[in-house]
Amino acid sequence: MTAEQIIFLLTGALVLVSALMVVTVRNLLHAALWLVVALFGVAVLYAILQANFLAVVQVVVYIGAIAILFIFAVMLTRREAMEKGRQTRNNWWIPALLGLTILTGLAVLILSFPGVQRTEAVLPAGLDTVQALGTALVSPDAYVLPFEVASVLMLAALVGAVYIATVDKK
Amino acid sequence: MSIPLSWYLILAAALFCIGLYGVLSRKNAIAILLCIELMLNAVNINLVAFWRYQNAAQMAGQAFAVIVFAVAAAEVAVGLALIISVYRRRKTVVADEINLMKW
Amino acid sequence: MTFWNNPINFIGYWLNGILTGWHLPAAIASILLYVIGIIVLILFAMTLDIGLVWVERKVVARFQDRLGPNRIGPFGLIQPVADIIKMVIKEDITPDGADKIIYNVAPVLAATSVIVLWAILPLASTIYGVDLNVGLLFIVAAGALGTLAIIMAGWSSNNKYALLGAFRMVSNMISYEIPMVIILLIPTILANTMSVRGITQAQSGMWFAILSPLALLIFLISAIAELGRSPFDLNEAESEIVAGFHIEYTGMKFGWFYAGELLHAFTFGGFIAILFFGGYGGFFGLEKLAVLTWLNIPFVQALVFIAKATFGYWVIMWIKYSVPRIRIDHMLAFNWKFLVPLSLVVLVNTATLNKVLIVLPNWLYVLGMFGSNIVIGYATIEILRAYGRKQRKAEKIPEPQAHTQEQAV
Repeated sequence: MTAEQIIFLLTGALVLVSALMVVTVRNLLHAALWLVVALFGVAVLYAILQANFLAVVQVVVYIGAIAILFIFAVMLTRREAMEKGRQTRNNWWIPALLGLTILTGLAVLILSFPGVQRTEAVLPAGLDTVQALGTALVSPDAYVLPFEVASVLMLAALVGAVYIATVDKK
Repeated sequence: MSIPLSWYLILAAALFCIGLYGVLSRKNAIAILLCIELMLNAVNINLVAFWRYQNAAQMAGQAFAVIVFAVAAAEVAVGLALIISVYRRRKTVVADEINLMKW
Repeated sequence: MTFWNNPINFIGYWLNGILTGWHLPAAIASILLYVIGIIVLILFAMTLDIGLVWVERKVVARFQDRLGPNRIGPFGLIQPVADIIKMVIKEDITPDGADKIIYNVAPVLAATSVIVLWAILPLASTIYGVDLNVGLLFIVAAGALGTLAIIMAGWSSNNKYALLGAFRMVSNMISYEIPMVIILLIPTILANTMSVRGITQAQSGMWFAILSPLALLIFLISAIAELGRSPFDLNEAESEIVAGFHIEYTGMKFGWFYAGELLHAFTFGGFIAILFFGGYGGFFGLEKLAVLTWLNIPFVQALVFIAKATFGYWVIMWIKYSVPRIRIDHMLAFNWKFLVPLSLVVLVNTATLNKVLIVLPNWLYVLGMFGSNIVIGYATIEILRAYGRKQRKAEKIPEPQAHTQEQAV
């Protein structure tokens, strides 16, 4: 049981426990804050996987923007009566059963792939993952087209969100 | 550096299934969006784990994960704008009560 | 590797030798050393923070033409200790209806988001916490954690003024993150790396403040807005919303917010020193002269860095105590309509000229970059003047005339 394995197990436990709290707590603001904890755990996992750029971008984009957006939305759509009582639907055991079935099916399927128990290879020396990612995202024979399409998508989302959320001035 | 790939994949599968349970069983529309975020993060963990364990010099996994970040952010922005707009009209965010277009 | 060359590694090896001499397994010894290192770093940052309380009060006093604390200890040096004791012994009140866990976690998270920045701040070429290769983005990530702490504080206080202050502060901080991220790309372009140590080493030829003064100005403005200090401190304006998001906090919890804000200001002064003024590196490559090689000793480099960081902090304090507060809609309009387009123009200009002028000799390169910034600054001021003139004509306000003393009477 090496140190990395212990750190992975602790982080994995943190992510799964906070995800369970997200889906079960009644107070919606607490659910949003548990989501922040889960996202932070995922950022730690990216750091263990040596994708440092993605780890930092996860904190900046998810925790710094998306989670704040959720908290604002929760605060703007509050009604006291909605926070009491059960927050799950009447037949919640069907999704629970479905989730457990899919999880066991996926686990069995994953463990049956050949070579899935391998441990990671050493990164090639001199590979700067940040620089390689940057080159891959803008070089014409790599991924510049999905990158540009994603930026157009975000522009559309920006314009759409501003238009939908604007209050009509009569 | 001795973590088998299967650990990452099973963690991602568990996170995905917890998110799936949340989406199907929560009443509040914002809570449903929260659980969709969990599912997107599970997918991202899968992508980055495969990037690291296959050929780390080939950046497809990380590039795909960056695109998923962008898509998730765009979806949350538009989704929350829609929910706030619906709240202004119908004064509710419970998904079952937004049923004007049901048959 | 001697103590003078590489103090932290030297002490680390020595302690490691002692710990393994006591028959501890190597993994546990290394984890213990990491924990000790983290505690020493936090202690250093917090001790510096206590000194900053004294610096702040003396400087604000001098700007306001008075003396400042001078009773307790010589020159008032023991005053911060008295402040800390006062805060610790105050009563710890939790408001009725507050969300207890979030209420108590918020100040700790606010202070933590500042202390983690000290992990990547290099005090000397061999005294630093860790050298991340995405150091600049780490600064933005720590700012994001601070934003979360403020909204937690504002919400959990169960108080309308706190919530209003928190909303304003959060919209302020996330708006001004955008020019800051765009400007953080400029040292990245000029140094070819995002790591903080790499940027410091790339400035051994010429400081980036000279290659790109507009970037320095925009970074200064967005840093002050991120800190929530005057003139962007509508969030905690005593005359408007009674201390904003930390109304309900008393005693040491308020102490965490207050000390965290001062340390944050000093840390950003440190980042201005690193990104634009050469960090620990000395002055324009002078340390390569034989008579000045003592400038390369890590402790001297640390003193040079702290001097430059204090200069940056002094500029931030100077702006705070001279300029009145800006209204919230002016704050946001200034960001979205002025700073973001300007920083995009500066970024495109720097990127293009860096590639085009790199083949020319060094002095021509420096002159080209500096000159292009001056041209952009002049063009911006002319555009603003024309815009102001058009608005004045639309509202028929007369142009300001100069009056002599007799005409004014």
